[in-house]
Amino acid sequence: MVAETKTTAEAEKTRRAVRKRAKTGDTHLAGYIFISPWLIGFLLLTLWPIAQSFYLSFTDYSLLEDPVWVGTENYVNIFTNDSTFTKSLSVTFLFVLFSVPLKLFFSLLVAMALNQKLKGMNLYRTAIYFPSLIGGSIAVAALWRNMFGLDGYINQVLAWFGIQGVGWISNPDTSLGTLILLNTWQFGSTMVIFLAGLKQIPQELYESAAVDGAAKIRRFISITLPMLSPVMFFNLILGVIGSFQTFTSAFIITKGGPVNSTYVYALYLYEKAFKHYQMGYASALAWILLAIVALLTIVNFAASRYWVFYESEGGGTK
Amino acid sequence: MKLKSKVTSHLFLSLFSLLMLYPVIWWVGASLKKTEELSLPTIWPKTPMWENYSKGWHFSSEYTFAHFFGNSLLMEVGNVFGGVLTAAIVAYGFGRLSFKLRGFWFSILLLTMMLPGQVTIVPQYILFNKLGFVDSYVPLVLPHFFGGGAFFIFLLVQFIRGIPRDLDEAAKIDGASVYGIFLRIIFPLIKPALMTVAIFTFIWSWDDFFAQVLYISSVEKFTVGLALRMFIDQFDIQWGQLLAMSLLSVLPSMLIFLFAQKHFVEGIATTGLKG
Repeated sequence: MVAETKTTAEAEKTRRAVRKRAKTGDTHLAGYIFISPWLIGFLLLTLWPIAQSFYLSFTDYSLLEDPVWVGTENYVNIFTNDSTFTKSLSVTFLFVLFSVPLKLFFSLLVAMALNQKLKGMNLYRTAIYFPSLIGGSIAVAALWRNMFGLDGYINQVLAWFGIQGVGWISNPDTSLGTLILLNTWQFGSTMVIFLAGLKQIPQELYESAAVDGAAKIRRFISITLPMLSPVMFFNLILGVIGSFQTFTSAFIITKGGPVNSTYVYALYLYEKAFKHYQMGYASALAWILLAIVALLTIVNFAASRYWVFYESEGGGTK
Repeated sequence: MKLKSKVTSHLFLSLFSLLMLYPVIWWVGASLKKTEELSLPTIWPKTPMWENYSKGWHFSSEYTFAHFFGNSLLMEVGNVFGGVLTAAIVAYGFGRLSFKLRGFWFSILLLTMMLPGQVTIVPQYILFNKLGFVDSYVPLVLPHFFGGGAFFIFLLVQFIRGIPRDLDEAAKIDGASVYGIFLRIIFPLIKPALMTVAIFTFIWSWDDFFAQVLYISSVEKFTVGLALRMFIDQFDIQWGQLLAMSLLSVLPSMLIFLFAQKHFVEGIATTGLKG
C-alpha cells in the first residue's frame, strides 16, 4: 500500500539508493576477496604463529612431546643463568652499532657522488650496486671466508706493503669486524633510497642558497641534511631491524666462532630451536628479540621528532 | 659544472666502483686457479684451470650441479608465479577498492615489514612439520602464494594508485565489474611493476638461505645454496672448485640484473626495498 502511494520520482530515488548500497556492499565483499590471499597468509603464517610463540615461550617443548607449561622459567633462566644469551646479545649490539652507521655513511656519501649529471653514471651505479645484489648469498660467504683466511688474498696484499696480516676470521678480535665489513659492502639498496631522496630536493633551494653566498658545506648542513632526514630515518629504522637479524654470514663464514666472537643472536636462536630442539626456550629468545627491536624502533620514532624534518609540518619551503 | 670538479667526480667514482667490484674480479680469476696459486696476490692464474668447473660440477658423488640448479629453478617457478599473481590481486584490493577496515589492514600490512622473522619461525616450522611438509618445497613456495610479501604488495599499491581512475570509470560505464576492471584494465597496466616483483622474488628467494637450510634436509632436494654449503663443510675443501661453483651460483641473479637493470633501481626507489 505504501509503495503504491510513492511518486515515481521517489521510487526512482529508492531504487538508486538500493543499487548504490548493493554496489558498495559489493566492493566491501570484493575488497575482502581480493585481499584474501594476504589476509589468510597473515592470519595463518604471522598472527597465529606470533600468538603460539608467545604461549610456547612459557613452556618446555621438544617437538616430540607435548609442550609442558613451566611459567616464566625460560625467561628467568635466560636473564639470570645464560651467559651465551648475554654474549650473543652483546655481539649483536656491537654488530648493529658499527654496521648501521657505517652503511648509512657510505651510502649517503656515494649517493651524493652519484647525484650529478655525468656521462657513464649508469655504469657507476651498476658497479656500485652490484655487490648488494649477491652479497647475502652463501656464494659470497664462501668468497669472504677464502679472502680473509690466514693465507687469503687480503693478507697477501698486506704482505706487499710489509704488513704482517692476521687470520681475520680465526682471530676473535677481528672476526666480527670481517662480518661488519661484508655487511657494509652491501650498501646498495640504502644508497638507492638516498639517491631517490636526493633527487626530490628542489634545485631552487641550492640556487638561492648559492646566491646568498652559502658555501658547499653550509648548503649540505642546512639544505641536504634536513631535506633528507625522513629518508635517513627510514634507512635507520630498517637498517637496525635488518642487522639485528643477521644470520647467513655468521652461519657460513665463522659458525659463530672463534670463542663465540661472532655468535649473533639469530644464530643462537636458530641453534636452540633446530639443533637442540628447545622450542620453548627459543620462543622466549624470539620474544626478547621482538621486545628489543620494538623498543629500539619506538625510541627511534620518539627521537625522530627532534631531528627529522617534514616539509608539510610548516617552516618548510615549497 | 666546472671541468675540474667533473674530472674529480669521474676519478672518485671510477676508483670507488673498482674498489667495490674488486672482490668480484678477483673471484673470477680465483675460480680458475690451482690451490697453491690461490693465496698469491695475482688476479689471473698462469694457466687457467678449467677443470675447476668440471670437477666442481661433479663434486657430489650422487648428483651433479645440474640437479641442484634444476631444484632451485623448480622452486623459483612456484615462487615467482605465486608472488606475481597474488601480489597483483591483493594490491588491486588495497589500491582501488574501498571496504571496511581497509586502512586498518593496510597499516597491519606495513607493520609486518618490521616484524623480525625469528618470532614466527618456530611455530611456522611446527605447523609445517605437523602437516608433513618438512623436507619438501611447500614451506618455501607456499608463503609466496599469500600475496608474495608485504614489500611487493606495497610496491604495487603505490603503482596502482598512480594509474588515473578515469580508466576504471570508463570501463564501469561500459558495464565492467570490479573483476573485469582488474583483469582488463589494471593487470595489463601494472605489467612493468610486476616485472620488478618477479625479478626481486627470483633473486631474493635464490638467496633465502635461512628457509632452505631449515626445511630441506635430503640431498636429493638440495638447492644450489644448500649444495654449496655441503661443499664448504667438506673436510678438505677444494677452494678453486668451490669458488668456481659459487660463481656459477650467482650467475642467474647477475644476468637478470644486467638485463633488467632499469626495473631494479626504479623498483627499489619507489618502495625503499631492502635488498
